[in-house]
Amino acid sequence: MQFMLLFSRQGKLRLQKWYVPLSDKEKKKITRELVQTVLARKPKMCSFLEWRDLKIVYKRLYASLYFCCAIEDQDNELITLEIIHRYVELLDKYFGSVCELDIIFNFEKAYFILDEFLLGGEVQETSKKNVLKAIEQADLLQEVSKFSFSGQSISMT
Amino acid sequence: MPAPIRLRELIRTIRTARTQAEEREMIQKECAAIRSSFREEDNTYRCRNVAKLLYMHMLGYPAHFGQLECLKLIASQKFTDKRIGYLGAMLLLDERQDVHLLMTNCIKNDLNHSTQYVQGLALCTLGCMGSSEMCRDLAGEVEKLLKTSNSYLRKKAALCAVHVIRKVPELMEMFLPATKNLLNEKNHGVLHTSVVLLTEMCERSPDMLAHFRKVSLVPQLVRILKNLIMSGYSPEHDVSGISDPFLQVRILRLLRILGRNDDDSSEAMNDILAQVATNTETSKNVGNAILYETVLTIMDIKSESGLRVLAINILGRFLLNNDKNIRYVALTSLLKTVQTDHNAVQRHRSTIVDCLKDLDVSIKRRAMELSFALVNGNNVRGMMKELLYFLDSCEPEFKADCASGIFLAAEKYAPSKRWHIDTIMRVLTTAGSYVRDDAVPNLIQLITNSVEMHAYTVQRLYKAILGDYSQQPLVQVASWCIGEYGDLLVSGQCEEEEPIQVTEDEVLDILESVLISNMSASVTRGYALTAIMKLSTRFTCTVNRIKKVVSIYGSSIDVELQQRAVEYNALFKKYDHMRPALLERMPVMEKVTTNGPTEIVQTNGETEPAVLETKPPPSGLQPANQANDLLDLLGETDVTPVIPTAPTSKPASAGGELLDLLGDLNLTGSPVSAPAPQIAQPPFLLDGLAAMDSQPLFNDIAAGIPSITAYNKNGLKIDFTFERSNTNPSVTVITIQASNSTELDMTDFVFQAAVPKTFQLQLLSPSSSVIPAFNSGTITQVIKVLNPQKQQLRMRIKLTYNHKGSAMQDLAEVNNFPPQSWQ
Repeated sequence: MQFMLLFSRQGKLRLQKWYVPLSDKEKKKITRELVQTVLARKPKMCSFLEWRDLKIVYKRLYASLYFCCAIEDQDNELITLEIIHRYVELLDKYFGSVCELDIIFNFEKAYFILDEFLLGGEVQETSKKNVLKAIEQADLLQEVSKFSFSGQSISMT
Repeated sequence: MPAPIRLRELIRTIRTARTQAEEREMIQKECAAIRSSFREEDNTYRCRNVAKLLYMHMLGYPAHFGQLECLKLIASQKFTDKRIGYLGAMLLLDERQDVHLLMTNCIKNDLNHSTQYVQGLALCTLGCMGSSEMCRDLAGEVEKLLKTSNSYLRKKAALCAVHVIRKVPELMEMFLPATKNLLNEKNHGVLHTSVVLLTEMCERSPDMLAHFRKVSLVPQLVRILKNLIMSGYSPEHDVSGISDPFLQVRILRLLRILGRNDDDSSEAMNDILAQVATNTETSKNVGNAILYETVLTIMDIKSESGLRVLAINILGRFLLNNDKNIRYVALTSLLKTVQTDHNAVQRHRSTIVDCLKDLDVSIKRRAMELSFALVNGNNVRGMMKELLYFLDSCEPEFKADCASGIFLAAEKYAPSKRWHIDTIMRVLTTAGSYVRDDAVPNLIQLITNSVEMHAYTVQRLYKAILGDYSQQPLVQVASWCIGEYGDLLVSGQCEEEEPIQVTEDEVLDILESVLISNMSASVTRGYALTAIMKLSTRFTCTVNRIKKVVSIYGSSIDVELQQRAVEYNALFKKYDHMRPALLERMPVMEKVTTNGPTEIVQTNGETEPAVLETKPPPSGLQPANQANDLLDLLGETDVTPVIPTAPTSKPASAGGELLDLLGDLNLTGSPVSAPAPQIAQPPFLLDGLAAMDSQPLFNDIAAGIPSITAYNKNGLKIDFTFERSNTNPSVTVITIQASNSTELDMTDFVFQAAVPKTFQLQLLSPSSSVIPAFNSGTITQVIKVLNPQKQQLRMRIKLTYNHKGSAMQDLAEVNNFPPQSWQ
């Protein structure tokens, strides 16, 4: 996978994970063009499209959120749909029936979960349970580490 | 200084902004606050501030002033800080930033941290965006972690190694020892990432590939896959009743690479592939994903034919699936396999044609490409009907490609000339404005060569532009034909259909309308003017009118038109005695291909005026007659000269070379023009022909004809291989392969050929002009020979090339053609 984008029906970016090195300007350009292209798709069309020299796999969820992945020629489109589906399941389990607002207000958590599921654009863990367990443990570690030596607890959020 | 506001609060506040300007104001205010907080070097709130910065960055605002802060967070001992710090690094610090390298030391320390979650963060960051330098510095650490017993770290290290290898391929070797035990793990995460790592290594290095084949990787993978399929329900990895589909798909992909071009490996995986193909549940996407990967693997390895048929049938079933995603991948896969397993794919032709009516644009495009690939001599009528209907109703973005495809297919497989002309007409009238401009010369040539259809063609074209002359390619072809065959039009000679009554004035009316119309492009106007001029020798009553029109355009603003008109005027006045000969009917054109960019077709009417300036014009007849006098090839007095294709470096001397080939004589003057008007092959046709080099030229191929060595001297060897078509037995296609066994390259290699008169020859562009030394490569070139009288094939060839610093040249006769190539 080269990158994954999450964006709303209005074209607002909710998450962007890039697995290829590109400048900020290039990323913005790609995002803008791709978002436009995907938003123009009609409901009856299939979830795949060719864009530049990439294959794009996208899924529209909760009527307002688009999950969009750019994969390479040798990658399997159908299993990419399953990857998207798995990520949504993970978010769902974590947030308890996830909605777009959860991802907006807790974007950093969405990234943490993604980083336990994928690494360098490839799936690193195929067990739902293991991904969630790792996040749980890391969150716990974060809670513990909030206590500095002075005993004062500082919340980040 | 009050505590910086919390992240969630900031998000809430920003979302209340009602306008873009309001949002920008809030952002600027907060950025200022964050900046001053950073300046104070406050450790406590750094994390919170960077998190806010990341949010604003996602909204599209600049956040570069936070880059260094991310580094400080990474260096902190608090896990919260590290988490946000690494996230910030991944979002803000790509490898183009100078600051990027400063991370290296932190990552190195964290890779050795006592807490696995910190190690995980470091591995993740390195594996997502580590630069080549970082990868070089830290590869050793990654390799160490690849051997740990901690599966949480091992799986991350494997994917990190993949990234390292992608960035610095030379480091691949160092990971090899660690791969030995990777697949012995029970942990699926490690298994999956290990398979990805092995895949990356095998894809990049043939040595690695050979190594892994040798250490029995295939049986190991087969065993793992088998366990996945046969094992009972495992809640941890189950997706809709299938156990770990992600792992299954990756294993299948690795098997594909291992089995490619390797008989033993392919055989070892045959059974498991058949098992997966038949037993996988197809009701949900996940099962189909596995089947899809299986099909790709079967088609790519050396599988037995039963398995291949099974695979194609799976694709056929996919085509009937309700899920359009499945139909889409089926069409994509069929497109990949249509060359190698053509007959199997043909069986699904009707389903594929139905997909032309699909609502999805991507599916339609694939169905169209596949349909063109499936057209052959047997099904051309039916397929064309469908494709013409598709052309009628499809979206504009398809029309150009569809039109080109129809022309190509019609040319290859037309069952009759009348059908061919009708098909062309249909395309021109339905999609006339989408037809590529360079198709026009090709069509004109086609029409010229269908001598018996001239009256029919011109009549149909005339009727077509009567109502509407806005479609430029249509009008260009029509104008040219009317100019050429206008006499047939007014004399009502049509045999194929009811002849129409047209007067000369009516014909001139339409041509003049084209000239005047705002919709006509400059090129089109040129066609129309020339057509009008040509009619001056074909029409009897309206010559004065023509003279008038031509003289008006002598002062046209359009320079091209002006020049033509002036020259045509001259034809009426000073050179009136030459006019009939110059504007004579065009002879049947030789098909010529060129290497260079497309040239606009030059009809007789256009090249002649240029000739007027130089010397008395030749007769309108082929200068080939001159050439014939000089020929004495193969003991016969008449030989068809052939225009070879040469690299674009020497187009001008083509005529001279040709005559040298055929007589080695010195000519006092170069011929006025090349033996036939240079008609450039439009790119799409050339593409089609070039594509044909790599695929079977005909869909029905006669049994193998033995190849011959036509020439073998001084280290240069030229082999001929043959192909003939069942549908057109007069055509023999010869592919020449030139190889060089000396120790120095042969450059500027040009191959020329001549055949006796009863044959016709067409030489296509060579693959290159350099034959590398030591037989390390070949030049291939295709020759098409038309042998309607089935005479014994003979050929004289001339070879020129540069070798060892000197120019070499040789002539030879080829007489050892196998009987099957011409009988």
